[in-house]
Amino acid sequence: MAIDTKKCVGCSDCVVACQTENNVPHGYCRDWIVENVSGTYPVVEMEFRSERCNHCDNAPCVRCCPTGASHIAEGGIVLVTHDECIGCGACIESCPYDARYPHPDGYVDKCTFCIHRVEKGQNPACVDVCPTHCLHFGDLEDPNSDVSLAMKDRKWRVLAPEAGTKPQLYFLM
Amino acid sequence: MKEEIFASGRHIPHIDPYLNIWHWPIALYLFLGGLAAGILFFAGYFVVKGKEKEMPATVKWAPIIAPIALVIGLLALFYDLHHKLYFWQLYTTIRFTSPMSWGAWTLMAITPLSFVWVASYMKEMFPGWDWKLKILDRFEAWVIENRVPFAWIMMVLSIILGVYTGILLSAFNARPLWNTSILGPLFLTSGLSTGLAAILWISKNEHERKTISRIDLVLILVELFFIVHLFMGFLAGTAVKNEAAALFLGGEFTVTFWVFVVILGLVFPATLEAMELRGFHVPAWLPPLLILFGGLVFRFVMVDAGQITRFLY
Ligand code: SF4
Repeated sequence: MAIDTKKCVGCSDCVVACQTENNVPHGYCRDWIVENVSGTYPVVEMEFRSERCNHCDNAPCVRCCPTGASHIAEGGIVLVTHDECIGCGACIESCPYDARYPHPDGYVDKCTFCIHRVEKGQNPACVDVCPTHCLHFGDLEDPNSDVSLAMKDRKWRVLAPEAGTKPQLYFLM
Repeated sequence: MKEEIFASGRHIPHIDPYLNIWHWPIALYLFLGGLAAGILFFAGYFVVKGKEKEMPATVKWAPIIAPIALVIGLLALFYDLHHKLYFWQLYTTIRFTSPMSWGAWTLMAITPLSFVWVASYMKEMFPGWDWKLKILDRFEAWVIENRVPFAWIMMVLSIILGVYTGILLSAFNARPLWNTSILGPLFLTSGLSTGLAAILWISKNEHERKTISRIDLVLILVELFFIVHLFMGFLAGTAVKNEAAALFLGGEFTVTFWVFVVILGLVFPATLEAMELRGFHVPAWLPPLLILFGGLVFRFVMVDAGQITRFLY
């Protein structure tokens, strides 16, 4: 997924859409908005980022899972099988992005890129709801996918690459 | 100015503002695991060495603590699981990339072994002990006959267990304080030393106490060396490592760590042990108590502080 930080206005629609679509329990969220302000007046810059699980290529949360509940599904989406999860918390400790949380029902939960929608050929809920169209989803290996086209002529960066997880959220700058 | 905030708000229980998904049960378990590893290792070691007779507390009495510690540790671990009913999923697979997985299997092997070990000394410890069942008597005879191989297996497993208590934490690169390869050896050494402290507390035999004290002194020195090494690594490391070290060098864990773990838990008891070896009279319970307490605090500090260290926000 690519997030256009030049277009994001921080309205939090994606957060609410996710909570509704995925029945996220009250007080929890699978995605969130970070507001970054830097500089000194009058030279001040502000950046909004819609963040969620990075669906890392080298996912430590999958590596450290003792039961295999955390796994990478075909296509690269990182998922948790609820009834294999024992709720030990190892994956929560292992995520440099703090993208996971213990669901009140016991298992560990996180962004699924709305795999139930993706399987039907739809976009994740957050992508479709974004009023500024700043979220781009798709297959990075397909040069004509929405995400590849969005990244084509833009500079981008990933968060905390030094953590070594090969994150798959690309922030367009 | 540089400021980063959650504009959409984020107050997820146990995650924000600081991760605290692992609490006292994990710290307690790491302590008890290390303690049991220490006790069992030396019990095995002195049997292999053929010094069973000279070291009664090490070989027979102290190991009684091990199965108790392991069971309490396992209960603590179980208590900390959020999805308890599915815990059996741990034992449907073994995943080598996950310390939690092979650690769980190690526990599954060493816990029964520790019971068997203690059981095989029951008759020696409590004359008149009767197993009541023929088959148990035969099993006991078989264990006693094969004590040396048992001791070897126990030594290997206890080393794995001791190292595992450290690797469980060091495998997480997301938590810079934990993510250092010295943590495995450090936790192992500390576990062995707490095991020796427990033996020292129990032992009444002069010769045995001296032997154990000597080994413990060496281990404490090694542990202190590892701690210095740990901080050297952090200070020479990346920004997140520097921040991890800062928690202990002026930050919120400074007093707890240096006073309770290093001074009261290592340096002071080591001095007392050294004095005792030189013939000074030292209350026998004091050094072991300090070492055990220091070891416990050490695990609590590491578990808590590690979860504060992070890459982002
Ligand atoms: S962002 Fe965290 S939860 Fe998502 S794949 Fe990476 S390590 Fe796992």
